[in-house]
Amino acid sequence: MIVADKKPVEEIIDYVKDSKKILILGCNECVTVCEAGGKKEVGVLASTLRMYFLNQGKDVRIDENTLERQCDHEYLEEIRDVADEYDAIVSLACGVGVQFMAEKYHSIPIYPGVNTCFLGATEHRGLWTERCQACGNCLLAVTGGICPVSRCAKRILNGPCGGSSKGKCEINKDLDCAWQLIVDRLKALDRLEDYEKVCEIKDWSTDRAGGPRKVVREDVQI
Amino acid sequence: MSVKTPSKLEKILSQGHLAVTSEVGPPRGSDPEEVTEKANLIKDHVDVINVTDNQTSVTRMSSLAACIHIKQMGLEPMLQMVTRDKNRIALQSEILGAASFDIFNLLCLSGDHQSFGDNPKGQNVHDLDSMQLVQTVRLMRDEGKFLGGADIKRPPRMFVGAAANPFADPFEIRVPRLAKKIACGAEYIQTQCIYNLDKFEEWMKLVCDRGLHEKTYILAGITPLKSAGMAKFMKNRVPGMDVPDDVIKRMSDTPKEKQAEEGINICIETIERLKSVEGVKGFHIMAIEWEEKVPGIVERAGLYPRPKID
Repeated sequence: MIVADKKPVEEIIDYVKDSKKILILGCNECVTVCEAGGKKEVGVLASTLRMYFLNQGKDVRIDENTLERQCDHEYLEEIRDVADEYDAIVSLACGVGVQFMAEKYHSIPIYPGVNTCFLGATEHRGLWTERCQACGNCLLAVTGGICPVSRCAKRILNGPCGGSSKGKCEINKDLDCAWQLIVDRLKALDRLEDYEKVCEIKDWSTDRAGGPRKVVREDVQI
Repeated sequence: MSVKTPSKLEKILSQGHLAVTSEVGPPRGSDPEEVTEKANLIKDHVDVINVTDNQTSVTRMSSLAACIHIKQMGLEPMLQMVTRDKNRIALQSEILGAASFDIFNLLCLSGDHQSFGDNPKGQNVHDLDSMQLVQTVRLMRDEGKFLGGADIKRPPRMFVGAAANPFADPFEIRVPRLAKKIACGAEYIQTQCIYNLDKFEEWMKLVCDRGLHEKTYILAGITPLKSAGMAKFMKNRVPGMDVPDDVIKRMSDTPKEKQAEEGINICIETIERLKSVEGVKGFHIMAIEWEEKVPGIVERAGLYPRPKID
């Protein structure tokens, strides 16, 4: 899923401090799972803002709503009739949702309420870690199911570097060395000899480097 | 191994001499004298001078520019190049630039992570990794081709090396990793600083068992310790460094004013012991901001005078 983290409330206040009618809009997908932008967080942010404006002696209306998804036309249409009432919408969706909102509601200021962090997994409640950088050309088949692009600090395709120590990365002792994990996994698969296959120079044109990307599937288009 | 380049290092190694290299770290400024002064301190005692590339991710004068200053002194520089800061366009371009000044030695590295340096908020590139950089230089030199497939007019003539750290983990792939670097085209290897001689010898034995010492020249990395504090710092804070407790104790048990001398003694003993280790073809002496000690180390280790090569 897409993992996000809450923005500091001071930053959000700075965006909306002059607004009179604010909609806090959550998303029921990834950001709900990572507890950054679901219904619960919408409620907490709305209460915090109400308190802030009350203390400032300002009369500001703050409404709450949480859509099934903000990256889908269908669900974004649900606020079509009310969107015009607001002079600011704070979207707690990921960067995709915020932008899709902005495209759809062209004349209403949309502000991000979260920082979109990475594609990751829930290790346990309160801990989410990165697993994928969407490079568009998956090489997990050759690295034993562990991704050096997203999990090695230098995205080294023929690792580990000389900084791998006791299973940890040189940049942070709390961070697993991706290549230690790869070696351990190849061993578990009885494929350690595959370690010596040199990973060839990668085509990064399917990554961010190639410009904004698109997936076109004519077979499923209506 | 037949000689493929005009590199002095390649000639010395191919003739069976123990090679001696050392390094100059470019300055945090634009004064060329800081480069030439350091090079002057070591020039008569080493065969080739490595020039580091923004080491520990701290911004410095470019390695290529410093190499050119050294080349213009009539000395033989080795361009260190990390994949952290440049994409494949810039790397190939820099290789051509170096070749245009007849720089004949190139060391391919990935580089320390930028979080260690003075620009921790910067991007890193790592378009290629160090092995792929070795492949790239070999392609440019041997095939006369760019990565894009086009021909190079006057291809680079460079002796291509890589680094190896026998002390990093996991140990079991440290020899296979060397084999990969050799498969990519690394003609010589400079190792991480060696303090744990037993472990280094264990690694070298495995290297020799696979016959890898016949396929590349291995230069043992040596860094003299200035103090007990430096020994502890290297052990605890420098990634991938293995400083055994008995070395720390030996330095700590020495009175402070004699610790520098003791560090040099350890260094000489290390070289003496490693000279007889099968597969060790020379020494890379990294006297960090202590270049003036290199001549004495080389002399006391019996590595002076250096062989004369035409």
